[in-house]
Amino acid sequence: MNNLIVLPMVLPLLTGVFIVFFKSYIQVQRWGTFILLLVNVGISVIILRQIQIDGIISIDFGGWAAPFGILFVADSFAALLVLTTNIVSAICVLYAMPTIGKRRETFYFYPFVNFLVAGVNGSFLTGDIFNLFVTFEVMLLASYALITLGGTRLQLKESLKYIAINVVSSSLFLIAIAYLYGTLGTLNMAHLSMRIAESGQTPLLTVISLLFLIVFSLKSGLLLYQWLPGSYSTPPTAIAALFGALLTKVGIYALFRTFTLLFYHEQQITHTLIAIMAGVTLIGGCIGAIAYNNIRQIVAYNVVIAVGFILVGLAIMNTTAIEGAIYYLVHDMIVKALLFLLAGTMIYLTKSEKLDEMSGLIRNYPSLGWMFFITVLSLTGIPPLSGFIGKVLLGQGAIVAESYILLLLSFMSGFVVLYSLLRIFMSCFWGETIISEEEETPLSKKVIFPSAILVVLTFALGFGAESIAPYVQDAAYTLTNPSVYINAILPD
Amino acid sequence: METVIIIVAGVLVTVATYLLLSKNLIRVILGTAILTHAVHLLLMAMGGFKGESVPIISDKHTTYVDALPQALILTSIVISFAVTAFFLVLAYQVYKRTNTDDLSKLRGYRHE
Repeated sequence: MNNLIVLPMVLPLLTGVFIVFFKSYIQVQRWGTFILLLVNVGISVIILRQIQIDGIISIDFGGWAAPFGILFVADSFAALLVLTTNIVSAICVLYAMPTIGKRRETFYFYPFVNFLVAGVNGSFLTGDIFNLFVTFEVMLLASYALITLGGTRLQLKESLKYIAINVVSSSLFLIAIAYLYGTLGTLNMAHLSMRIAESGQTPLLTVISLLFLIVFSLKSGLLLYQWLPGSYSTPPTAIAALFGALLTKVGIYALFRTFTLLFYHEQQITHTLIAIMAGVTLIGGCIGAIAYNNIRQIVAYNVVIAVGFILVGLAIMNTTAIEGAIYYLVHDMIVKALLFLLAGTMIYLTKSEKLDEMSGLIRNYPSLGWMFFITVLSLTGIPPLSGFIGKVLLGQGAIVAESYILLLLSFMSGFVVLYSLLRIFMSCFWGETIISEEEETPLSKKVIFPSAILVVLTFALGFGAESIAPYVQDAAYTLTNPSVYINAILPD
Repeated sequence: METVIIIVAGVLVTVATYLLLSKNLIRVILGTAILTHAVHLLLMAMGGFKGESVPIISDKHTTYVDALPQALILTSIVISFAVTAFFLVLAYQVYKRTNTDDLSKLRGYRHE
């Protein structure tokens, strides 16, 4: 039964390799990828339920027992994220089919998506910090290929920066791992946590933890987000949606993992720093979201705001706040994908990215307008929708911990999100209709259908918050009690 | 021995930083390549050179060098090889499309 937790990474890898051989059979590539992702969704549901019954599941590769071999570990946090990843990527693939274009499809778009998903799932599931580096690289190499796929001038220019910054941060990651191995002599995360607890978090270890903080901040766009808006707004919509929904979240996951499992002893240094970084990220993201006139840039800056918001939960570091952050993380993966898809659809329909070149779209495309409006409400956290519960819990956590500045910043950012998106809504959907009915680009059902599924999901997550509550609570409990994780991996 | 290796790694990091901060695209790529080499040396030094022999059990030796950092380095070399190859091809494509390898002329979004 434990072998199940390898599948979310292995299946996409195998499928990716398999469909490379079907270059000209696009249907095989399309539906192969889609069906695989659905299978993965099923597997992650089974894993999630299994964790509820048996506790944390782990598997030691090759039978090498825990501190010596490489292992995969699935706790509720990882399993929830794997589940959301596969759902969101399935929907992005569905959106890519009619929109991405034949050339990109024949040039291995689908295999790269498979490798990306493999890397993301692997990063969530691994229990070894060097293995985390490797799965990160799998994900990043696939993302390098995806971001340059098609090779327009702008794409090439922006991807240069994206790749350069990620290569440098990967080197920093390796340096941090080297120092960690040099001081503690192990790479297994549970074992690391145990040894840090035994020796106490010495100043040396705190410095290493700050190196990890820098690395994962670069990857997740916490404070060091300057590369993000440019590179997320150049690739085609389906790819941008995948990036916006998944890539920064992996960095966030790594931050949560390292700073709840490993470096949680010197919170007045590390977590204060995270709090400051999250606060500055919120402010910077808000300024960016208001400043631009280009829809793609506004949407990309909304990703930055969400990163700051979720990490406020980590900075506060009590069970309620972390629970809120996990809810918000799952919500954000779904809704950011939705936001990217809708913004991309608007650009596809009007052939323009500028706010002032669109007007009165609600008359041409009412369904699109309403979906966009629901997305805005969901992102702001209006009650029946999915953003609400995360915000409430995070707010409660902040009040309990008496971090009122973070509370203020994170809730003010909600207003800016509302303002920046309503600005898009008002100038693009309201006003005089400038496209006549004869001239309008027809909006095919295939294009709007994936967004509709995501809208349903955000409603479902909002109304069904109670049904995923046990999983989220278990995830938050495991994160705040490292001994649960350690005991599951190293029983003696 | 560790001291020498650490100093060499430090020198390499200096060189890499200098190259990374230049405007020429090829230099930046070489900078990333050299940076990863520096990291590999650091990893090796972190493993230590204390053992008498390679990590194969035999009767003659009692202590062995730590094999794990070498496995890590090997993995990392493969990864950095792939990334550098990709990066170089991308640089060539960028040069073909834009006729420049000067990063200050390759500024992105707003300048298009």
